[in-house]
Amino acid sequence: MGQIREKVDVCVIGAGHAGCEAALACARTGLETVLFTVSVDSIALMPCNPNIGGSSKGHLVREVDALGGEMGKNIDKTFIQSKMLNVSKGPAVHSLRAQADKAEYSRSMRKVLEGQEHLILKQAEVCEILTEDMPGKKEGTAEKKVTGVRIFTGAIYEAKAVILCTGTYLNARCLCGEAITYTGPNGLQAATHLTDSLKKLGIQMRRFKTGTPARMDKRSIDFSKMEEQTGDERVIPFSFSTDPETVQIPQDSCWLTYTNEETHRIIRENLDRSPIYAGIIEGTGPRYCPSIEDKVVKFADKERHQVFLEPEGRHTSEMYVGGMSSSLPEDVQLAMYRTVPGLEHCRIVRNAYAIEYDCIDACQLYPTLEFKKISGLYSAGQFNGSSGYEEAAAQGILAGINASLKCRGKEQILIDRSEGYLGVLVDDLVTKDNREPYRMMTSRAEYRLLLRQDNADIRLRRKGFEAGLISQEQMDYLDWKIEKIREEIERLQNTVIGAGPDHQRFLEKHNSAPLKTGTTLAELMCRPELSYELLGEIDPERKPLPEDVLEQVEIEIKYRGYIERQLRQVEQYKKMEKKKIPADIDYDQVNSLRLEARQKLKQFLPLSVGQASRISGVTPADISVLLVYLEHGARKNKDGEHMF
Amino acid sequence: MQNDTIAAVSTALSEGGIGIIRISGPDAVKITDRIFVDAKGKHPLTTYHSHTIHYGFIENNKQIVDEVMLSLMKGPKSYTKEDTVEINCHGGVFLLQKVLKLVLENGARLAEPGEFTKRAFLNGRIDLTQAEAVMDLIRSGNDFALSASLRQLQGSVKEEICDLRAKILYEIAFIESALDDPEHIQMDKYPERLSGVIRQLKGQIKKLTDSFENGRVRREGIRTVIVGKPNAGKSSFLNLLAGEERAIVTDIPGTTRDALEESVRLWEICLNVVDTAGIRESENPVEKIGVERAKRYADQADLIVYMVDSSLPLDENDEQIMELVKEKKVIVLLNKNDLPPFCDPAETERILREKIPGCRVIRTSMSEKSGMEAFADAVREMFFSGEIDVENDVILTNARQEEGLRKAFESLEMVEKSIRDQMPEDFYSIDLMNAYSSLGTIIGEEVGDDLVEEIFSRFCMGK
Repeated sequence: MGQIREKVDVCVIGAGHAGCEAALACARTGLETVLFTVSVDSIALMPCNPNIGGSSKGHLVREVDALGGEMGKNIDKTFIQSKMLNVSKGPAVHSLRAQADKAEYSRSMRKVLEGQEHLILKQAEVCEILTEDMPGKKEGTAEKKVTGVRIFTGAIYEAKAVILCTGTYLNARCLCGEAITYTGPNGLQAATHLTDSLKKLGIQMRRFKTGTPARMDKRSIDFSKMEEQTGDERVIPFSFSTDPETVQIPQDSCWLTYTNEETHRIIRENLDRSPIYAGIIEGTGPRYCPSIEDKVVKFADKERHQVFLEPEGRHTSEMYVGGMSSSLPEDVQLAMYRTVPGLEHCRIVRNAYAIEYDCIDACQLYPTLEFKKISGLYSAGQFNGSSGYEEAAAQGILAGINASLKCRGKEQILIDRSEGYLGVLVDDLVTKDNREPYRMMTSRAEYRLLLRQDNADIRLRRKGFEAGLISQEQMDYLDWKIEKIREEIERLQNTVIGAGPDHQRFLEKHNSAPLKTGTTLAELMCRPELSYELLGEIDPERKPLPEDVLEQVEIEIKYRGYIERQLRQVEQYKKMEKKKIPADIDYDQVNSLRLEARQKLKQFLPLSVGQASRISGVTPADISVLLVYLEHGARKNKDGEHMF
Repeated sequence: MQNDTIAAVSTALSEGGIGIIRISGPDAVKITDRIFVDAKGKHPLTTYHSHTIHYGFIENNKQIVDEVMLSLMKGPKSYTKEDTVEINCHGGVFLLQKVLKLVLENGARLAEPGEFTKRAFLNGRIDLTQAEAVMDLIRSGNDFALSASLRQLQGSVKEEICDLRAKILYEIAFIESALDDPEHIQMDKYPERLSGVIRQLKGQIKKLTDSFENGRVRREGIRTVIVGKPNAGKSSFLNLLAGEERAIVTDIPGTTRDALEESVRLWEICLNVVDTAGIRESENPVEKIGVERAKRYADQADLIVYMVDSSLPLDENDEQIMELVKEKKVIVLLNKNDLPPFCDPAETERILREKIPGCRVIRTSMSEKSGMEAFADAVREMFFSGEIDVENDVILTNARQEEGLRKAFESLEMVEKSIRDQMPEDFYSIDLMNAYSSLGTIIGEEVGDDLVEEIFSRFCMGK
């Protein structure tokens, strides 16, 4: 008997949030896809916080959905509480966050995968990535191309593309105080062979760490000492395809309490027993998802920190303790938790722990998420040095789309910083020097007034359609919606409101300045105290329109000036993105580039001048040199003149 | 490295004391050697050490063309990083052209405008903003402009702009971190605090743009428009200016045909004077066009000199003029006419001061040629008050930089508007970011392709 040898189109390694999206994107475009996981029972596992979305992450979920991904639909089916965050701020930072029933979320995603044509689930550890040398290799192109994978049993799966979505499993090591176990999250089997194979392919590996707080037994918590946090009265679904009426369900509550001086004292006194402070953990943890030890050290003058108790699901009594992740030893953890009001008698079901794992510096990837040196090899999620379910899913769908496009011989897609948080995420990962797990944040997006969660469909659906993940019907609805928005804005801009007594009375009623001369409805909408809804009173011509159309109309008109200024910023940005750098550029020929810049440019192989300008170590002066060089080359080609 | 050798007259072509011809490129030494002889009549140039200066003559067919000082700078330690020779000739357009012609006949090519700087840039000697400052330097008309451009080359503007940018970036970072970590970073009272910061930033920017204006008037002269009713003494004033101190009068290229613009020097002050047709209501269409133009000139002027005949009461035409110039810097010359006065000059002065707030009124007599010193003092006070310290103050000399500052200023005003309109804090960062970028374009921290375009057009690259 020989080894099993199968032929498929795409292999996806890992069935977490990145792997699921990647595999679905491939299978849904008709490619034979195998999804490998170390445990079929742990598909789309949420080993940390029990929620999807939140500030800026909610945007990513919407974008995944706009592209035809599954995360938004899946959370719409399995949430137990939902809330639009930051509603007191501008529309750019409104963000949806839903508490998930973790077990349901996982089960529901598994059902979707199992129901998907062309998709095979396979429980196995992938040990080796198979490649062959590229024939006729040229400067600036891949050295190898992927041919498949070998699993632990020795079986080989030949494939045109392989997508690495190994999450936190590669050589994973969990630390709970002084206790160390060599497992992935939740005690799951770690993947111990793949790293060596990757290293042999010339991929540079690094080590990151992240952590998760304890889970408590609901029955041991005194909620009467905490503030109840309820969901929104009217729930807005994540997915653009979910009927809003189907998500108006009874919701569960979360609970807010605070740490105090006593908590902080215990932490400070035991800092030497924290593996991070004691120097046991070498991996770099995220600054933005800090442990309670970090917070106490960093914000030493704060008297208290928020602690959220969040249900892990409807069929469990476990509660997630948000805001108090820790890698202190068990006894310290318990002592520290018990100082918090409501947690005096708490019982820990699972201890908090930190996890270390192998991942890569994503600057080895193109913004398509394909490896620069290995054609057909893609990677997504925590393997790329990010953190978070949403960040993973977003990269997963992009890698899946591009692997699929490549297999089908089509041009791959790029999403730039002005098109989505996904673009910002990928650009940051592949261009910047990331020394800790990368978390999506509002502040990372320069053009966030344009990248709202409410318009993700308008921004990205067409790309999903072109990738083959969005149906014609969905596209037709979007086109109709865009047209309706345009028509209504035009109508409001052209409807003149006279300065007659009726109108003045209306304005007076709403504490708005009286009109001196006639104006338009659009002008009135710009006044902070007025809105589309209020103006209905003096707008008899108005026809009923769907909520999603009205939302766009209101934002487009009310914030027009800001949107226009941001659009001009984007125009500037795009100019530099459009200046492509030829793949065969020889940076040694560019006079007067500084040595560091030359090295960085050779290492990163940026696709455009814009991307080059964001590489750390490349200064604006280098960019101007590069621009002049490229411009010169272009002119030279045109005129046949030689200058350099 | 470029493979040809270029040459050009590197000083302004004027009747100055000396003029310099610069030659740069691989054959700079060889070419110069053919036409330069020392006091003994020998051709010693190839034996000279780099960075030395020598006395000698430029010869053509054994005929001495000029007596010169010659500096030799071998690459890469020269401005262009190439071998460079500079010939210090006696000034005079004719003589300089003659020496240059010789250099060209012996194998150099005439440099394109800015080509030395282009080579300096291409050879990695300077960066783009420095190149730009050099272009300013080249075009600078006088010592003031020169030292301001030099200061810029040395980075004084950069420091000032960096300081502004750092302050803006701090605010952006604060807003952003509050968005991402609302638990630990609170925005209470932030709008008030930000307003204060913006007021301060605007003040700083204002100072810089003023320096630009100040720098420009010093460099290019004060755009002065003389207005007044016919026969108020405008022409006499102009003649007086022209006669005073043997004023240098040159035509300024590019001025329109309908008004004569002259560069006049009054002691150290340089005035670019436009004499307008008398401003008055007229039905004569030709004259009317003249009046329109006068208004347009007055609009663009740095200084209005308003001639008033003190013997006549102010009339409707004066009203019109006063209305036209009331927001400008105005010096009223209350000219004493030889005729007996029909009104009280003190009353006239009172009305003038009321109608043109901030104007200076100086009593002059064109026939007695008096009042010019008082006039010059007023100009100094208006334009050069707080005497600019060329060595230490940051002075902007470049219109693109001024544009960047102006845009930054406007963006900060937008932030103020957002605060007034009680917009959520996350909106502030759009305009703060714009201000930050606009300032960045000034010092090259932000590379717009417009700069590259600009450089290409100025350097005549690869057209």
